[in-house]
Amino acid sequence: MTPKSSTTEVSRHVQLGLSDEQAIDMYRMILMARKYDERAMLLQRSGKISFHVSGIGQETAQVAAAFALDRERDYYLPYYRDYGFVLSVGLTVKDLLLANFAKAEDVSSGGRQMPGHFGSKQHRIVTASSPVTTQVPHAVGIALAAKMRKQDNVSFVTFGEGSSNQGDFHEGCNFAGVHKLPVIIMCENNQYAISVPFAKQSAGRIADRALGYGFPGYRVDGTDPLEVYRVVKEARERAVAGEGPTLIEAMMYRLSPHSTSDNDMAYRTKEEVEEYRKQDGLPKFKQYLIDCGIWSEEQDEALIKELTAELNEATRYAEQAPYPHPSETYTHVYAKTEEGAF
Amino acid sequence: MAKMEYIDAIRLAMKEEMERDDEVFVLGEDVGVKGGVFTTTKGLYEQFGEYRALDTPLAESAIAGVAIGAAMVGMKPIAEMQYSDFMYPATNQIISEAAKIRYRSNNDWSCPVVIRAPIGGGIFGGLYHSQCAESVFFGTPGLKIVAPYTPYDAKGLLKAAVRDPDPVLFFENKKCYRMVSGEVPDTDYIVPIGKANVLREGTDITVIGYSLPLHFVMEAAEELEQEGISAHILDLRTLQPLDKTAILEAVQKTGKVLIVHEDNKTGGVGAEVSAIIAEELLFELDAPIMRLCGPDVPAMPISPPLEREYMLNKDKVKEAMKQLALF
Repeated sequence: MTPKSSTTEVSRHVQLGLSDEQAIDMYRMILMARKYDERAMLLQRSGKISFHVSGIGQETAQVAAAFALDRERDYYLPYYRDYGFVLSVGLTVKDLLLANFAKAEDVSSGGRQMPGHFGSKQHRIVTASSPVTTQVPHAVGIALAAKMRKQDNVSFVTFGEGSSNQGDFHEGCNFAGVHKLPVIIMCENNQYAISVPFAKQSAGRIADRALGYGFPGYRVDGTDPLEVYRVVKEARERAVAGEGPTLIEAMMYRLSPHSTSDNDMAYRTKEEVEEYRKQDGLPKFKQYLIDCGIWSEEQDEALIKELTAELNEATRYAEQAPYPHPSETYTHVYAKTEEGAF
Repeated sequence: MAKMEYIDAIRLAMKEEMERDDEVFVLGEDVGVKGGVFTTTKGLYEQFGEYRALDTPLAESAIAGVAIGAAMVGMKPIAEMQYSDFMYPATNQIISEAAKIRYRSNNDWSCPVVIRAPIGGGIFGGLYHSQCAESVFFGTPGLKIVAPYTPYDAKGLLKAAVRDPDPVLFFENKKCYRMVSGEVPDTDYIVPIGKANVLREGTDITVIGYSLPLHFVMEAAEELEQEGISAHILDLRTLQPLDKTAILEAVQKTGKVLIVHEDNKTGGVGAEVSAIIAEELLFELDAPIMRLCGPDVPAMPISPPLEREYMLNKDKVKEAMKQLALF
């Protein structure tokens, strides 16, 4: 990311059609996701919540992708690390924390699912499960519905590089390619599937698989939000123009352990993690905004303060919110019918 | 009212539902131009076009998964699995996804998908064109499972499945396609999911079953009537949720019960039916609960004597019914 070197040169975000405010909004979401993630880790370590799965190091790509979509009509099928993404399309840190505490008000599942299993019909975030990559065929089915109904929404689906080895990834991509469906398929390649490094998951590049499905595949630097924004925006333009799917492999590094139940030092070194921390997209993007002259350390401190206050309030709210009533165990197995639920 | 074959009733149900609602569509292998390997979807491509009778790539998990995605945004897909034997690659989509979508989203999302799959043997299909897959999915809350025997029920249950707000597995019997025919109204009617049906009133023994074996049971009952044995016959029609009330009522009629299905005995639907009867009516029984099912071998072999050995038929069913009556 090179900022404008002189006042006459247009900065990168402006070239991409993003206003200064939008660029700052993106940064705000990236930082919010990071601060939420750190808070959830702390809550787990202090015994307040039982589990957290982190997305630290991946927020830049997530937020950038969301900003490149039509946030009024597109459908999203994020995976469990996509806090930056879901915050950018309508969920709040309060929503996320209510899920962490498994409270009744959790919008995704009413306290039924583990945190990170997002869903909200209002925001067109499609309910997710834990078996990985099952959401790819769903995204393709939603894109098929859009094509059949002649609607110009697209579906956007993410997953990790490990789960790109699942049959559902291949089957979904292949189906989407055959029917040129409006779906954007983005792999967040964070280098690790729990403990297994990318080299032991795949001998090739995920993006190159697109060739076999008959549509374009691009590998991008996932720590550069502007580059991810550009590629996802182009993919969306292709999709609504009837040109079909795009596969995107966003390269990044999972800075946190797999989850709070994982000790990553059993399979990677501190030095490796520290080396990648230097490439973290969050401080890089902050520096870019400062270099553009549209952000400052003072503004950054104020934003951190604001986000911390919001997180404090959300944590307090979620912790005190009621659990679901035990009778909720039995509801919503089937739709209620006139004769009563089965 | 027209007399028609079981397969024609299934086709008619799809045609009527597709005419009624533009959001209803069929997808699967060979369901489009060819009209299905059994001709179940014949004519739909011509009438409704490429996308509403959609030939898919040969990949069952995608057939189910794509249908689930479309259903979640309000379409009404009927996904066809060419044989229930080939449905297992889609099991994760059916059990982990379709069955749990309403529950896991706290009623925010739903999945009104229908998945049709032909079950059963006796067609020289060997191990992988003859299986009964229902017990794999039975016992998964969130799914509804139907398995019609008569053409009337095949049409009415399929229409009910399409209109149902939850995922329904529709197990049609491929041997019934051409072997079973009956009166089917050309009017718009449904058969409610969750309701069993008394096929025959009787006083000596009760037989409970579903799908093809009921054909043999009905034939045997006619003959046994001549021998002075009166059989009361209940067609479950819906396997999940089971019609408990109808099961108990049918057993109470005679106090003796035989449960019949082609799926293998261990862990089959009959085991649950038997448990329900034992839990609720044990002291009203005049004989031990009896089951006549497919054998506990991996699947049906193709060689004629082996296939005959595996399959139920009128004589086997009649013998079991007689034994129960004489107890």
